Amino acid sequence: MTRPTTDFLLAGVGGQGILLAADVIALVGLESGLDVKKSEVHGMAQRGGSVTSHVRWGEHVASPLIAPGEVDYLIALERLEALRYADQLRPGGTLLINDYRIVPVSVSSGSDTYPGAEDEEKAYAGAIERRIYVPAMSFAQKLGQARVNNVVMLGALSALLDVPEDTWLKVISGRVPDRYVELNQRAFSIGRAYSATHL
Amino acid sequence: MKRLLSGNEALAHGAWEAGVRVAAGYPGTPSTEILETLAPMPGVYAEWCPNEKVALDVAVGAAYAGSRSLAVMKHVGLNVAADSLFYASITGLEAGLVIICADDPGMHSSQGEQDSRRYAKFARVPCLEPTSSQEAKDIVGVALDLSERFDTPVLLRTTTRIAHSHGIVELEPERALPQRQEKPSYRVDPTKYVMVPANARRRHPVIEKRISQLAEYANSFAWNQVEYGDRRLGIVTQGVAYQYAKEVFPNASFCRLGMTYPLPARLVADFAARVERLIVIEELDPVIEEELKLAGIPCEGKSIFPLIDELSPEVVRESAIAAGLLPESSRPTRLRLERPPLPSRPPVLCPGCPHRGIFVALRKLKVVVNGDIGCYTLGSLPPLTALHTCGCMGASIGVAHGVSKAGIQQKNVAVIGDSTFFHSGIPALLNVAYNQSSTVTIILDNRTTAMTGHQQHPGTGHTLQERETSPIGLEPLVRALGIRQVYVVDPYNMSQVEGVLSECLAGDDPSVVIAQRECALLPAARKAYMPLRIDSAKCIACGTCRRVGCPAISKSDELYQKNARPKSRIDPLSCTGCEICAQVCPANAILFRAQLKEEAKPARWEHNK
Repeated sequence: MTRPTTDFLLAGVGGQGILLAADVIALVGLESGLDVKKSEVHGMAQRGGSVTSHVRWGEHVASPLIAPGEVDYLIALERLEALRYADQLRPGGTLLINDYRIVPVSVSSGSDTYPGAEDEEKAYAGAIERRIYVPAMSFAQKLGQARVNNVVMLGALSALLDVPEDTWLKVISGRVPDRYVELNQRAFSIGRAYSATHL
Repeated sequence: MKRLLSGNEALAHGAWEAGVRVAAGYPGTPSTEILETLAPMPGVYAEWCPNEKVALDVAVGAAYAGSRSLAVMKHVGLNVAADSLFYASITGLEAGLVIICADDPGMHSSQGEQDSRRYAKFARVPCLEPTSSQEAKDIVGVALDLSERFDTPVLLRTTTRIAHSHGIVELEPERALPQRQEKPSYRVDPTKYVMVPANARRRHPVIEKRISQLAEYANSFAWNQVEYGDRRLGIVTQGVAYQYAKEVFPNASFCRLGMTYPLPARLVADFAARVERLIVIEELDPVIEEELKLAGIPCEGKSIFPLIDELSPEVVRESAIAAGLLPESSRPTRLRLERPPLPSRPPVLCPGCPHRGIFVALRKLKVVVNGDIGCYTLGSLPPLTALHTCGCMGASIGVAHGVSKAGIQQKNVAVIGDSTFFHSGIPALLNVAYNQSSTVTIILDNRTTAMTGHQQHPGTGHTLQERETSPIGLEPLVRALGIRQVYVVDPYNMSQVEGVLSECLAGDDPSVVIAQRECALLPAARKAYMPLRIDSAKCIACGTCRRVGCPAISKSDELYQKNARPKSRIDPLSCTGCEICAQVCPANAILFRAQLKEEAKPARWEHNK
């Protein structure tokens, strides 16, 4: 049985561009003629805290929130946040991880420990087969604008979905300021090419 | 035209399509975007007011004067505006008045959960609730019609997951609002609008009759809908809970209430008679459940679903499994991951936040700090832990005055933001001056309403609709309230801050310190960013800089040989160059802006190349 909805969970740190990335995914669904819902919270959560956004596509979408265990694609803009939300994936779901760490204050000035690569491997191995580390931040920095690392991640996601590339590019062009359209399109293409060859 | 809109954006479009002429509010998550979306639309007057009570009075006035009007606030804002809600209910209006109140179940950005539907019954006004963005757009006009038909304010209640969820909305093509041919004249009617006891006594029976007429009308109200499916289970529900219930019980029978007060008793009784088991799924309080039970309709609600926190498909499903409504097998298969304990990532003051230096100084001075509502409430979290009370908007100064009159050992200080001071700090500071306490009040003036996303306020010189206006100066205002000791400091200047605070704390007279520096996220501040750098050779790995709680500072991989502890590093992508860390560093290892500029200067011989 095919699932009635396709469910995306985006996770990262306040200020990383989660809301824009979620907007783009939702608008691509709308452009593709689907029913779409998207949910996130503003305010307190944005101040460097852990931030998530839910996006759902389908013929008909009721709840704006995805139930844990029903996420098809987890798009994590930060490695710790990937680990935090990875158990929200359904068995067989896909994990896209921006290969980038943002150390929380609880580690830098407290006694908490940031999990290492071996902790990640231990958690994911055997549980999440479809996972890709995308060096989105280093691609973005090479493009001269660290902020577009979210769009690199969108490109990486797009290669896994059955939606024409033009639809993504059109939505991104409409959603970012004119002078940044070309930069964002390049960021998107780099991400798309990367995940197409690394899954 | 199909658009993807948040519930808040949809409400604004609905207000515009329904001909709202005047709208007023005070920013508050999750309601803020409603007025921000409405403000640029043609033919609408919209304003930020100093607080929600003023906003509701403004909307009432416009409705008295014959214009459809809107007041917008979050749940705790309605507490501030409650007095006005009650008189507006008693007087009724000349044109539609809708109060949009956004509740925050789960307290994503609030000091408490409260169910504002309680106010509907308390003030004898109807309460409407949308279940999606499309309904949010459509329901505003319905609410205004209802307001005019029954001569009552209407409470339009949303919750975070309606306000901040996006869905597809069909919008009317853009059109100009029909212009009024001539200005209507104000209709004077003292027996209806002057609420002295003699008139109010006559009005009370009128509003009691009105609410029973509304209860009757609710039975045929098109937004109260019954959908029959499997009749073994009937679900009465509202708002976003309807969507969760649909997700979890796709085949059940539904009674969806667009009007949750007053309840359509006959409609629900009829529904109840046709289903085997009747349950109520509603977020927060058992408002529908209690009304059903009062009407003699047996049902189950909070015995199954939680009263505390927001609902979700998962919460609804788990509660239903526990109550035997669903089999265990309806639970999705979960991944079991072997993970170490993960570090928490609570919200923090941003890099460069002008509040940080104040809290570093307050921590050092070991004073009791009575706080208020705003970004600076984060000063309570480690490693700063320098804010010790926070209750509601404007409470800090009154509480601090009370603490200082109680005769404790420590000195105490009130901290309040600029927007919060304008909101409800002014009468409290007047009280400090009037009743003379030694209270030291720090106004954290970051030139904006930052927490809710940088809205204008009386001190900024601009209005919601971007008109220039005269900025209200805090210093003359504070002096006019009767405070004689007033200091203006730069919160980036640690020695100045510490010096002034020590002087204020040593005195017995009331004093005010205005810490003036714009929010580090405002465009002008962004232009001045200059990331600092640590001279690793000088760093003694003492960790003092990390204890200012700046997310731009972390432990370096490099260890200091003498104590084998990690040195510090500064993330050049997030550091703004506020220099708080540089000022507290005991080893002078963090380079100040001036030092970095000096370093960057080409040597003389390079000029000649």
